[in-house]
Amino acid sequence: MSRISRLASSTILAAVLCGPAFAQETHPVTGEALAEDQTFQYRLLDQFPSIDPQLVEETAGGHVARQLFEGLLTQNSDGTLRPGVAEEWSSEDNQTWTFTLREDARWSNGDPVTANDFVFAWRRAADPATASEYAWYVELSQIRNAPAIIAGEVGPEELGVRAIDDRTLEVTLTQPLPYFPQMTVHYTFMPTHQPTIEAHGANWTNPENMVSNGAYVLDQIAVNEFFRLVPNPEYWGADDVIITEITGYVINDVNQALTRFQAGEFDMMDDLPAGSYPRLEEEAPDVAHSVPRLCSYYYAVNQSESGHEALQDPRVRTALSYAINRDVITEQILQAGQAPAYNFTHWATADFEMPEIEYASWTQDERMERAMELITEAGYGPDNPIEVNLIYNTSENHRQIATVISQMWRPLGVTTTLNNYEWQSYLEIRGNQNFDIARGAWCGDYNEASTFLDLMTSNNANNDGKFHNEDVDRLMAESVAAADPGPIYTQVEQILAEEMAILPIYHYTQNFVLDPTIRNWPMENVENNWYVRDIYRVAAE
Amino acid sequence: MLTFILKRLLIAIPVLLILIVGTFVLMYTAPGSPFATERGIPPAVLANLEAQYGLDQPFIVQIWRYIVGIVTEFDFGPSFIYRDQDVNDLIGQGFPVTLTYGVWSFLVAVLVGGTLGILAAVRHNTWLDYLAVGISIGAQVLPNFVLAPILVLVFTLWLGWLPGGGWQGGQWEYVILPVIALSTSFMASIARISRASMLEVLTSNFIRTARAKGLPMRRVIFRHALKPALLPVISYLGPAFVGMITGSVVIDIYFSTGGIGQFFVASALNRDYGVMMGITVLLGALTVLFNLVVDILYAWIDPKIRY
Repeated sequence: MSRISRLASSTILAAVLCGPAFAQETHPVTGEALAEDQTFQYRLLDQFPSIDPQLVEETAGGHVARQLFEGLLTQNSDGTLRPGVAEEWSSEDNQTWTFTLREDARWSNGDPVTANDFVFAWRRAADPATASEYAWYVELSQIRNAPAIIAGEVGPEELGVRAIDDRTLEVTLTQPLPYFPQMTVHYTFMPTHQPTIEAHGANWTNPENMVSNGAYVLDQIAVNEFFRLVPNPEYWGADDVIITEITGYVINDVNQALTRFQAGEFDMMDDLPAGSYPRLEEEAPDVAHSVPRLCSYYYAVNQSESGHEALQDPRVRTALSYAINRDVITEQILQAGQAPAYNFTHWATADFEMPEIEYASWTQDERMERAMELITEAGYGPDNPIEVNLIYNTSENHRQIATVISQMWRPLGVTTTLNNYEWQSYLEIRGNQNFDIARGAWCGDYNEASTFLDLMTSNNANNDGKFHNEDVDRLMAESVAAADPGPIYTQVEQILAEEMAILPIYHYTQNFVLDPTIRNWPMENVENNWYVRDIYRVAAE
Repeated sequence: MLTFILKRLLIAIPVLLILIVGTFVLMYTAPGSPFATERGIPPAVLANLEAQYGLDQPFIVQIWRYIVGIVTEFDFGPSFIYRDQDVNDLIGQGFPVTLTYGVWSFLVAVLVGGTLGILAAVRHNTWLDYLAVGISIGAQVLPNFVLAPILVLVFTLWLGWLPGGGWQGGQWEYVILPVIALSTSFMASIARISRASMLEVLTSNFIRTARAKGLPMRRVIFRHALKPALLPVISYLGPAFVGMITGSVVIDIYFSTGGIGQFFVASALNRDYGVMMGITVLLGALTVLFNLVVDILYAWIDPKIRY
């Protein structure tokens, strides 16, 4: 071997030996070897209507807003609170809250994030001129004057939020609300950059105009095709952000999306094809996941004046509820870890102790027996049948569940007419109480039981069955100021079960597939909020 | 000829007006609203939204404003769902995509289908004929919503040759699968029509005369038979092209190309009145235009037709 070639070969050998050490970085905390490619791709079902935090109104836009913006508080991987733009927060009476903003929070154009940015954004959310479909969230958070502003009675500058100085934000509520900090995680309360919005109007969310303060900025967007985010170098925590690019692909057809996921075209998709989960879990348990999700599936019973006469009798409602074999629905139709529900609030809700609901502990035979007794007592049954109309919105799962339940009611002498509507029509029909029984689902807006139970108060706009119970109204009003609302929630759930205000059916899980090289995915965040700033991709083994 | 074209263009105006009014009426009688959400909207907010989009005006005023907007400024108004986009933007983004793969599919369908059909006719009752007929019947019975998933399964999941969807500005590897899926059934129709009409022409008297004169077969076909044989094909092409643009609904949904088909379906479901109207008018105008083009082509090819 000549000298030159020996030199060459030893150089190559050295390069081979050292190469991986140069290229491969490790995670600063866990020490795992990181993949060279730190991009993250996922699938969206539909194009989001908006990513303007104050205008976002659905999940897909919410996920994008969480990458682009950062609110006062944000969440750890397990869903617990952690400082976002605010580094400290306090309140003596749970009614006046003070947030101290971090000094190094910056907008993507380099401007500091100040308390005024929050004041601007929050007023904007409540202002009817903004026409935010989430304006009600400001009202829900009990900020002073929110209802009057939303109703257009007073100007948005009357909102109970002010900037004491650039780094101090003070929020005044109408009544004490211990979980107010939790509510600031929501996208409606994320800050927005006033000069940008004033300069560009509705087009401020275009990539060339957008200024944001989160870990990522908007790079590119092709409506109904894809969008791309890249890291925001001005973000205060930019050094800890590992993923270098986020791409979301809009893929309407769920089976097509799954094929493309399996071909390795992207890393994550939720909303799997109906009935596919058991197979996926069996084939690839490290890819398919099922985690609790804060949503409850139920049937609303119309108790308004237009409601079916027989259904006004709590005994009939109870009989209908008892006759539903929830295990059949969760284990044979859904098959993805959902929990049968005998109460409204999702079992995984923070600080929520599941109430003891008597019929939950019975066997299905016992429930059925009792159902027969109740319906006979009420003067109905096979000899005096009831005809009800059950409505649901278009979905394979809803259809199957409605079909099965209508069969379960048959022994009680209840004949069910199923009516299917697509979503926009459905909302109108259900909202106008043109039904006897309607499929419903409620997803928590924040991780606290009142996000569910408020729905059962008489004046709640989403109480589609128009259930009315003065004790529930009184208890829910009391719960707001209670130091420990837990026992009150238990009591409310018990009233709901006694009156059978709704027919609870199951508690949701979020089922999704995730590439196994993606790590630190927030499996324990029951609101299913994810923040790409916390995830990373490890080198394939 | 010019008066004919002008006349046809003038007739197009009332046709499109009727289309606009008809769609408007249907849209307004359908239940549901673009602003209906599960969470419900405070009344003041809803009032503002409706005022923003002019929905607080009487029906006649709304439709008048809409038509005036189109006629004077070519403005199709805002999207009711995508808050930072107007209809012109959305169509401006989606239509070039649809048009690109639509034109490619059209060319593929015409060239492949026409060649297959003519070859089959010329080699009537040979293996080539049977093969061509077999292919075109196979392609005809395979609708694009069945073909699209199969293509993705084979070329994306199993072979890994092509991406299963997306557009990426129209790079060639993203265009292939949508074009195959969209063109196949049209190709089959064109093959069958051109085969049938070529067969008919080939047995007619003037062809027999040409052959009797001793002209070579190649010359007989290209010089004499082709032009009359293409007449029925051409009358099919106008509707076929518009069919490809509207048929893009399936392609857009399966291949996520971001074309207008997807907007069309989504706008109907979301009650995005603006986008729904805009695309309806666009497709209506295209239909009128292509029928006109076909009529002009007819006059050019068939000496019996004069306008």
